[in-house]
Amino acid sequence: MIQIHCPYCGETLPELEFAYAGEAHIVRPESPSEQTDEEWAAFLFLRDNVKGPHFERWRHAHGCGRFFNAVRNTITDRFYITYKAGEPRPDLAKLLEESK
Amino acid sequence: MTRFNALNLVKNALTGHKNWTEQWPDSQPKTEYDVVIVGAGGHGLGAAYYLAKQHGITNVAVIDKGWLGGGNTGRNTTIIRSNYLYDESARLFDHALDLWQDLSQELNYNVMYSNRGCLMLAHTVHDVQSFKRHVHSNRLNGVDNRWLTPQECKEYCPPINIAPDARYPVMGGALQERAGTARHDAVAWGYARGAAERGVDIIQNCAVTAIRRHPDGSVAGVETEKGFIKAKKVAVSASGHNSMVMETAGVRLPLESTPLQALVSEPVKPIFPCVVMSNAVHAYCSQSDKGELVIGSGTDQYVSYSQRGGLPLIEHTVAAISEVFPIFNRMRMLRKWGGIVDNTPDRSAIIGKTPVQNLYVNCGWGTGGFKATPGAAHTLAWTVAKDEPHPINAPFTLDRFRTGRLIDEAAAAAVAH
Repeated sequence: MIQIHCPYCGETLPELEFAYAGEAHIVRPESPSEQTDEEWAAFLFLRDNVKGPHFERWRHAHGCGRFFNAVRNTITDRFYITYKAGEPRPDLAKLLEESK
Repeated sequence: MTRFNALNLVKNALTGHKNWTEQWPDSQPKTEYDVVIVGAGGHGLGAAYYLAKQHGITNVAVIDKGWLGGGNTGRNTTIIRSNYLYDESARLFDHALDLWQDLSQELNYNVMYSNRGCLMLAHTVHDVQSFKRHVHSNRLNGVDNRWLTPQECKEYCPPINIAPDARYPVMGGALQERAGTARHDAVAWGYARGAAERGVDIIQNCAVTAIRRHPDGSVAGVETEKGFIKAKKVAVSASGHNSMVMETAGVRLPLESTPLQALVSEPVKPIFPCVVMSNAVHAYCSQSDKGELVIGSGTDQYVSYSQRGGLPLIEHTVAAISEVFPIFNRMRMLRKWGGIVDNTPDRSAIIGKTPVQNLYVNCGWGTGGFKATPGAAHTLAWTVAKDEPHPINAPFTLDRFRTGRLIDEAAAAAVAH
């Protein structure tokens, strides 16, 4: 079973406590009424579907209940890092170097 | 190649089965094709077969990064049914079901299609209402489906536990009698053989690394591990890797890839006569001709290409099976595996044209692609040959995510569809 570190609780816990919440760092449009249909479709439905390091959101559903972000390799399912919502996107090259 | 019939079987038996001819050659790529199909699964091979057979287009290559039928075609639970709620889906899957009926004769290859029936169990009042709605909707669409009482469910499939004090009591079931199973490998092999016989090249162990386009934007061909192959038209049917292949042509697809797992038990004597699905408990099960129980599990909640899947799902599935069929709770499981499926937001497929001229896609089959194999292949071939959608796949466009005209089977089926 995958072990996931909750950055709020500070604990590493089994994946059963967590709910996946899709790709991270997708920003809601600032002025929705000015968006075209194409832009809405992209915002709602288009995802990177990365094979490799993937920025994604998780929620500690059976713990603190809070959303946080993570970088996970979608080939090995290994987590490189988890970090609090609102924190900037970590530098991927540096992360991969550190995890070697 | 030798046709399979009684005379040839006897002849070859007498000569020790040493004189059977090759079923299809292991082709090397030519420099140019009329149509290149990316992905040698049932859908891609089937499309090549129908292109050659019905549209007379035989200068076709089917290219795969692995071996043919080695992806999701050989990893599913082989269930075939067409009891979908929405008109568009019912038409598409019932078209496939029609083609399944005589596919073995059509291909001269035994795909072991067995219409043993698919029984979907209702465990709650909501299930009962929702399944009855499915039954009515199906019958209006000419799709066979009927309602069974708990006792009738038990008679149809004796291992089911219908005790009223069960944790998930059986309150009835929807039965589609034309539904059933087929031997999935044979479907890929049969289509491959039929396509190769008509001149299609099947190129295995040759990954397509990119789709190349002309300066005017239309498709020029595909870059592969064995060099560039020029193509007038390209159709992509690569299941979990569709979004990656299409991205190289500059087309982003609304897909997310997840592992879908399945498992089989040790083989036992025939005990389970049909396919049973229980959406509420999330258990579905049939028995193969070898005697193994074939059990479908679920998809992991996160994007992953691991072809393995998480163990919590297996635990959940086995618990559900033990609950619905207590008779099986001491059976040992033999092996489990995962396949990478590409899921659309509305859980319906995309079959058809793309914004790129002469580039076609067959994707988003998610957890339910095997049953559709002949229908998907047939309509994809039509679309590629005529550069226009077949009436059956016309609603399954990429554009529906812009217009909002979704085919929301995700909401209709809840799970397992």
